[in-house]
This record gives sequence, structure tokens and C-alpha cells, in this order.
Amino acid sequence: MTEVRVLSASGQIGSGFLESSLERGISLKPHVIACDGGSTDAGPAHLGSGKPHFSHEGTKRDLRLMLRGRAKLDVPVIVGSCGFGGGDAGVAWMRDIALEIAKEDGLKFKMALVRSEQDKDYLKRRYREGRITPLNPAPPISEEIIDKSAHIVGMMGHEPIAAAIENGAQVVLAGRASDTALFSTVPLMMGAGPGPAWHAAKILECGTACVVQRKRPDSIMAWIRDDHFDVEPMDMDVHCSAQSVASHTLYENADPFLITEPDGTLDSHGSRYEALNDRAVRVYGSQFRKAERTTIKLEGAEMAGYQAIIIGGVREPFIIRQLDSWLDAMRDKFAARVQEMFAGRIGPNDYDIHVRVYGRNGVMGKLEPHADQLGHEVALLFTITTAEEAATDAIAKTFAHFALHYPIPEWRGLISGIAFPMAPAHVNRGPVYRFNLNHIVTPEDPLEMFRTEFVEV
Amino acid sequence: MAKLGDLARLIRSKNAGAFMLTFDVMFDDDATYQRVLKSKVLTKEKFAQIYQVPEEEVLFFEHEAAKAIKISIPRPYVQGARDDGDAYGGQQHAPLVELELPD
Repeated sequence: MTEVRVLSASGQIGSGFLESSLERGISLKPHVIACDGGSTDAGPAHLGSGKPHFSHEGTKRDLRLMLRGRAKLDVPVIVGSCGFGGGDAGVAWMRDIALEIAKEDGLKFKMALVRSEQDKDYLKRRYREGRITPLNPAPPISEEIIDKSAHIVGMMGHEPIAAAIENGAQVVLAGRASDTALFSTVPLMMGAGPGPAWHAAKILECGTACVVQRKRPDSIMAWIRDDHFDVEPMDMDVHCSAQSVASHTLYENADPFLITEPDGTLDSHGSRYEALNDRAVRVYGSQFRKAERTTIKLEGAEMAGYQAIIIGGVREPFIIRQLDSWLDAMRDKFAARVQEMFAGRIGPNDYDIHVRVYGRNGVMGKLEPHADQLGHEVALLFTITTAEEAATDAIAKTFAHFALHYPIPEWRGLISGIAFPMAPAHVNRGPVYRFNLNHIVTPEDPLEMFRTEFVEV
Repeated sequence: MAKLGDLARLIRSKNAGAFMLTFDVMFDDDATYQRVLKSKVLTKEKFAQIYQVPEEEVLFFEHEAAKAIKISIPRPYVQGARDDGDAYGGQQHAPLVELELPD
């Protein structure tokens, strides 16, 4: 019977784990140590800007302990979606951290950098061939959309990671990758059952998110065999129950039973969850149905402009009772000031002033069932966006002053209608991005969209 | 009258990717899970009413092993877009907490 042991260091590299938990995992002799490093979960800024989500310091600490563990066992370390967005900048960032650690600790290994950023000409060709299709829901796609994207990544499956390991890589730093593929690669290479391998990978990829009461991000291990897997958190004070593990297939998935991967679908309809003891759970019956063709999901981010924000509060009942008309009128009247300031160079369609009202529907927007109820005070969050950084700054600082004194009919004389908690009232936050793709590509093979470079460290 | 928030182990919402939102309503024991299912206070139709979304866009699942009800809808705004106020989608479940079950 095959048994493949997979150690997940944490849910996200850089978010941390207990050193004692990782050490316990290492002592149980895993065949691979892996950790996810990214997501779309924090929004489009990371993919768009190439800047990482977690700190250099935290990531280095986590990777250092993983690499030291690797040196003891001589098993692969796999880190995926490096730098959070998983673009080439993220892979370079993680590579540099690995090189720093290797130099400081005197570690030697063969490292593979598997990049997933996409060539725009390749994508436009596949688009013209009808081999890029929308998921549901998806924004519109065109060659122009591809061209104006800041970065587009393809989400790799296990195949490019397996190819790197087959070619001798001891450390794999992957660009954007399916979270689960980081954990299923070695079990699949060693002949574990695909159903248990993919299901275990789904449980492992979030670290200790599948435990009964999560205390902190931490390490967890799975023993994957032919027709089942066992999972156990590495901190002895932390417990998994059958229900907590079953519940984890719900997390962040639209469908709790079917999870789509590049080369097939994990089906957990028939999965049975049994407690082995008060800390570990065994899962039988998970199936993986291989697809006829590989599909690679695309993630793209394009720049939406330069943005500034203004935060303010309103407490006065006269303003609150006419809040919408007051906010609409002040923005309408402000258009004339923008016209004056830029002598017509920036027109009404070249800037955007959006306001979110906290205390009413600031959190839920159009999903809010109580949007007709206002509290005794509200918070206003204005966002000012234009295509030019200097224009955004100029409009934001002028608008803050304009809005502060915008009149209401009830009062005669100058009012100051917004309480600003900060000075200056506006904050420039630089370039902002938006997601612009939710599509899949059908490549000829699972490797063609990914580029692997080997580095002897 | 009991509120769903008092009966559940956990009610949460979260992104399922940048384009979908998903809601999990999870229970400690089978009796409570079955009681909530039988009460029909949370069905596909009820969810669509509360959130003012078309019923045909609502995916509704019952998950025995997790003792959970799961609902997914397209995000009202794409994650991180100008109008989106909840990057992680983690605060969209609030109306479910207040749902009342008959005794």
C-alpha cells in the first residue's frame, strides 16, 4: 500500500506557524513540505502592482524553517503563488528571499522557478482560436482587454511542478498555482489515489483552517493512501473532528462537493469522515474525475487609475435626513470647480468621486436589506479616481474643502458639515487595479503556459 | 422565537474567487441542523428575497457531513471594484444571523 506524507507548513507563507509544530511535522518524515503563498482573496492590487501581501521578514522566517527542515530530510519544498499575486515579480521576490537564506545558513539545493505570467500575444492567439472561454460570471474579454492588463497569470496545475521535481528540483517556487496542486503533486507522482490526494490537498492548503477551533495559522499533516487519507494538526493542543474536516470543503468554494482543478474535478459527494481519535480524521470515498482536456484559469488585473480617499463623519440630523441629495448636489456643483481648475482639460468623465455611506449600506451595498435605516451618525468614505496622479491629488484636496462647507437649506451662514478625523483630510493611495478576467484557456498540454528556470543554489 | 445566529455553530460569508460570494451556515448537531432545514426559514427562495437577488442565481446546498447549509451567489460587485465594500466578502452574512425560527 502506498503512503505519502505531506506536511503543510501553514495556510499562507508569511502568516506564520509555530516552530514546534513544523518540527513535529518534520519528525514524522514527510515526503514533501509545501505552503501556499497567494490568493486573489485580498483583491486585485497584488497581481496588478506585483507587490507582496505578507512581509519580507515574516516570509523569510517561515521559508527559512521550511528549508532547514528540507535539508534534514532531503525532500522537496514547494511554495506556490509566490508574492501573493503569483506574477513574475512575486517569484523573483521569493527567489531573492530563498537566496538570502541559503547564503546565511549555508544551504545548497537545486531550485526551480516556475513562472505563470502570460505572454499577451499567446493569449490573443488562443482568444482568436476560440480557446479562451468565460467562467460564470465573467467580465467581457477582447484583445484590447488583454493588451491593457497590467499582469495576467495562468493558474498552473500539478504538472509543471511535477516536471520540475522530475528534473531534479529540490525547491520549487511557483508563480500562480492551484492551491491544491502544491500538495497533490508529490502524492500523485508517488502513486497515491487521485481522489484522496486531491481531497487531502484541499484540506491541507489552508493549513489549520480545518480544525475545530483555530488559534493561529499553523502546520498540519496528511497521510495519503490508496483509498483514504488521514489528517492531523501538528500542535497537540489543536483538534480536528469529522465535522470540522468535512466543513472545510465548504470554505471559499461556490460548490461544496465539486472542486474544479486544471485536469479534472474533485468530487466529495461520497466522502465519509471518521474520527481516528480526538485530534485526527480519516476520509474515505473521495473521487477525482479526470477531464478530457486541461483548462487553465486566467487571472488578470488592469489599472483603474490613481486614487485618493477622504474619510469623514456626519452627526447633524438635518444633514443626515437629506444625506443623498446633499451628497449628489455637492458633487454636481463641484464639477464647475474641476472645469475651472483644469481649464477644461479634465472633463466630467475624466474623474470619479464615489461615496460610501457607513451606518447605512457601506458594507453590503445593494445586498443590504436595511438600506432605509440610518443611524444617528454616519461615516462617509469618498474615493476620488482619475488617470493622473497629480490630478487626483488636486481634485481630492479641493473637494474635501468644498464638501466640508457645502450648504443645506435649513441653515443660513457658513456650515462645516463633515467631521474629518485626519489632517490633511485626503490620503493619496497611488495606483489602483481591478480584476478583468475570469476565463479559462484550453492549452495543447498542461505545461505550455508555464516557464521553468533552474537555479543551482 | 430563536434566532438562526443562536442556533448555529458558525454563520459566515466569504469570497469564492473574485466573482462569487458564498455563505456557510453550520450547526453543532444533527437535531439543530434538521430543525433549521425543516423550518424552511432558509431556502433558496427566502435567501433570494432577503438579499434581493434573482432566485435563479442562487446555488443552495445541504451538506450532511458538515451539518451545514451552503449558499452561493455571484458577487454583487466584482471583488475590489469601485463599488465593492468587502474585499474578502466576510461581512455579507449578517442578515442571516437575525433570521427567526418559530418555536
